[in-house]
Amino acid sequence: MAIDWLAIAPEVALTVTALLVLAADLALRGDAKQLVNPLAMIGTVVAIVFAVVLWAEAPRVAFEGQYVVDSFAVAFKLLFLGTLLAILAISARYFAEGRYFQGEYYFLLLTAFIGMLLMPSARDLLVLFIALETVSVPAFVMVGMRKRDLYSSEAALKFFLIGVLSAALMLFGMSMVYGFTGTTRLEGIAQALAGDAGSVPLLLGSVMLVIVGFGFKISAVPFHFWAPDTYAGSPLPVAAMLAVASKAAGFAGLLTIAFVAFEPVADVWAPVLGVLAILTMTLGNLVALQQRDLIRLLAYSSIAQAGYMLIPFGLARPGAEVVNQAAVRAVLFYLIAYAVMNVGAFAVAIGVNRRTGERSIRDYAGLGTRSPLLALAMTVFLLSLGGAPLTVGLWAKFAIIEAVAVEVTVFGLVMASFLVVNSVIAFFYYLRVIREIWFEPAAAEAPRLQPALSLSVVVVVLMVGTILLGVLPGLVADPTVVTTFATGG
Amino acid sequence: MGMITLTIALPLLGALAIGFIGDDRRNVKVVALAASVAAFVASLVLVWQFDVTDPNLQLVERFTWIPTIGAELAFAVDGVSLVLIVLTTFVTPLILLASWDDISDRMHAYTAAFLILQAAAVGVFAATDLLVFYVFFEFTLVPMYLLIGIWGGAGRKAAAVKFFLYTLLGGLLMLVAILYLYAQTGTFAYDAIRQVDLSLTEQRWLFVAFVLAFGVKVPVFPLHTWLPDAHTEAPTGGSVFLAGILLKLGTFGLLRYALPLFPDATIELAPWLLAIAVVGILYGAIVALMQSDIKRLIAYSSVSHMGFVVLGTFALNVTATSASVVQMVNHGLSTGALFLLIGFLYERRHTRQIAAFGGLAKRVPIMAGLWLLVSLSSLALPGLNGFVGEFPILLGTFQTNRLAAVLATFGAVLAALYLLWAYQRMFHGPLEGADNEHTTDLRPREIGVLVPFVVLIVAIGVYPQPLFDVVEPAVERVLVEVGVSDGLPLEPAAVTEEG
Repeated sequence: MAIDWLAIAPEVALTVTALLVLAADLALRGDAKQLVNPLAMIGTVVAIVFAVVLWAEAPRVAFEGQYVVDSFAVAFKLLFLGTLLAILAISARYFAEGRYFQGEYYFLLLTAFIGMLLMPSARDLLVLFIALETVSVPAFVMVGMRKRDLYSSEAALKFFLIGVLSAALMLFGMSMVYGFTGTTRLEGIAQALAGDAGSVPLLLGSVMLVIVGFGFKISAVPFHFWAPDTYAGSPLPVAAMLAVASKAAGFAGLLTIAFVAFEPVADVWAPVLGVLAILTMTLGNLVALQQRDLIRLLAYSSIAQAGYMLIPFGLARPGAEVVNQAAVRAVLFYLIAYAVMNVGAFAVAIGVNRRTGERSIRDYAGLGTRSPLLALAMTVFLLSLGGAPLTVGLWAKFAIIEAVAVEVTVFGLVMASFLVVNSVIAFFYYLRVIREIWFEPAAAEAPRLQPALSLSVVVVVLMVGTILLGVLPGLVADPTVVTTFATGG
Repeated sequence: MGMITLTIALPLLGALAIGFIGDDRRNVKVVALAASVAAFVASLVLVWQFDVTDPNLQLVERFTWIPTIGAELAFAVDGVSLVLIVLTTFVTPLILLASWDDISDRMHAYTAAFLILQAAAVGVFAATDLLVFYVFFEFTLVPMYLLIGIWGGAGRKAAAVKFFLYTLLGGLLMLVAILYLYAQTGTFAYDAIRQVDLSLTEQRWLFVAFVLAFGVKVPVFPLHTWLPDAHTEAPTGGSVFLAGILLKLGTFGLLRYALPLFPDATIELAPWLLAIAVVGILYGAIVALMQSDIKRLIAYSSVSHMGFVVLGTFALNVTATSASVVQMVNHGLSTGALFLLIGFLYERRHTRQIAAFGGLAKRVPIMAGLWLLVSLSSLALPGLNGFVGEFPILLGTFQTNRLAAVLATFGAVLAALYLLWAYQRMFHGPLEGADNEHTTDLRPREIGVLVPFVVLIVAIGVYPQPLFDVVEPAVERVLVEVGVSDGLPLEPAAVTEEG
């Protein structure tokens, strides 16, 4: 069987880069080790070029239909690779100054992203599982990289235990789904579920187990409690990776499995995920109100954001193509917006934290005078996370309410009203940070901040992106309109 | 590029230029004033191009924006939006002139915030696409939040957050309603959405969502609780803009969107809104009577005065509803001027407690004279602008709901009481205390800022007809769409017949 190399070109490019990075780290000595960062960036850019080429070539089917590169998958791949580029740029100084093990870090980071690239293309339970584990296992190690810090070790252990537990649950669910349907292919499962198998209670239970497995990954309530401790304990670029890329990968997997394999039983899982959406956003926001540490605040805010992104899942209905497509579109658009603004927020946090070790919200007092660039950027990102007009965040919320409005149901309206109320609650704590930045005077001994060039570039690009997409959301809304899943032949 | 786009774009360009200039006070002032005056000139050109006889939205300008959902950057004006746009562009340069010297900290950011605010407000008045309208409507929050929070008084932080969250909640409800309309019609265009048939139940829900959004902004009782704090804590310029322009976004929204989009619900629920308006008028007036802080007093008087505007809007006849638009302008002028005067006084004395003042008229005759004139305008003395707004509102409301009109009249009486009483306590009586002795009168710059306000206050009061001529056709159009007007102005005969 001939392998369609182009279909897996981005993954291959990243794999080669990962190996080169590992080798280079062994070969280089001293300060030269810092060259691994630009090396990783070059590899990422190559992968991005391949992904752009694939955009024109989509859809492509490889490995007998287990691996599909459609526009849905390419959109996700571009999202992941863009995030990777930003994370590499904000990692450079952080790791160079922290005397961490750079080569390992970059190798692990790239490996995790290989798993992410696989995720939206997978059309087979096993490929999905492998992709998910390829994301998770390097992340376990990366979280614990600040080894001399007890919190980092605690974060890693917590993350590891819960990650393994969720993987076990998911694998258990998958094995039972396979047992009932006799196939691991997503389309095959859909056919079986559409037939008689769809009414077997135990099968429905195992479907839920698989979904729960993804619930951990996207930190939905009640599977969220690892996230704040893990984000707070891990190196900040890793926290950004977990909060954005890893969560987006979880959503990519959940979208494929929910809307391709389990679509015929959507009336079973949709209400469950809808209720989880309400719980997740409400709990995330209410707890975020109490936070004093900015990273923990961002962690709870990202839990709440996952809640918003679960709303479209609650709208799904078997066979209702228009509704389901609108739901997929809303999640995809929200993820793109979320990536831009949340990576940006973490980048500013790194810029502030780097020299001073500051991370409490109070430490942001007077940032407006200490570093106007970081202050302005943080304001834009936080307003966008809240969903203020002329930022991309508004259109993210807009996309979700738009999906609700496609076919108005009582449950849909309930979820939308929770979204509205939660947006207001969320602004309360986002504004608290903005208030510190602009309204409070800087502490007398607080140094002026001079962020690294690469970090400044990332922050500026993301800030411009947030505003540009806020003014002209059509720039990404148009391409992502294509949301039908190509089937593996 | 048409004149409407220019009116919006010029201040934005000014703000952008200020961003590049940075903290250089002289150049910032030149750029800011040039940008805001240029916008004023552009809006005057708009007036010149405007055809008074055409009741429809005219001077249409449209650009593609988000093609996938069919949203367009579409702007147009009718008589109502025209006068409010001119009010906005008129007030902003005066605010900048009046207030920038008091701003010692980050003056460039302050002026940039005002220019952005101005552009957003004009965008709200000119938008004819519901999505564009929403974006501008909500965006006014951000610069105003920063204005209150950075340059405000002692309680600025809490006031800023309260202002932001209140308005945000209302706005998001409206967004849900707008998207529901979009799902029904597949468009955000105002003209197309007006044509859609909605069941009465749908209309009721959507109407309530819109009214909540606008009601917070106006603010109507009981959604007003953010206003006294925001007004009192905002810097002088912020208070003037808030009272002069931002409150009008709410009443403008009611007239432009809530009424014609949901006519059946409007007719059904109008008595409730009249009741709320009357409660607001009386409540605002009574609470204003009890204030010891002059700025808070004027803030509560805004609740009362905006109640008149809501009353006139939902009286649903051409007389009252046109007058309520005129009253929006009047309130912007007189309350704006009062806030400026309070700001000037505060600069001199650093207190706003009425009890701290007394007998000032002997020391500051010009300020006292202007204060009295503006107060009289605010309490609707015949011959000044307040009268030509409030009187037709009461007259028209009397046609539809006598009780509401009678009760609202007490609000006008109370306005005379709290405004004149405050004036008397501050400017008359014995001149006691060194502070009062040494208060200095207005400087030429301050007088210069107030003169345009005073000129308009008198001009509208003496000869309001041109203003009514511009406003009335558009109001009639709205009322015909609601289905309560045959397009004829109120006959005096009808008054005697009913009375």
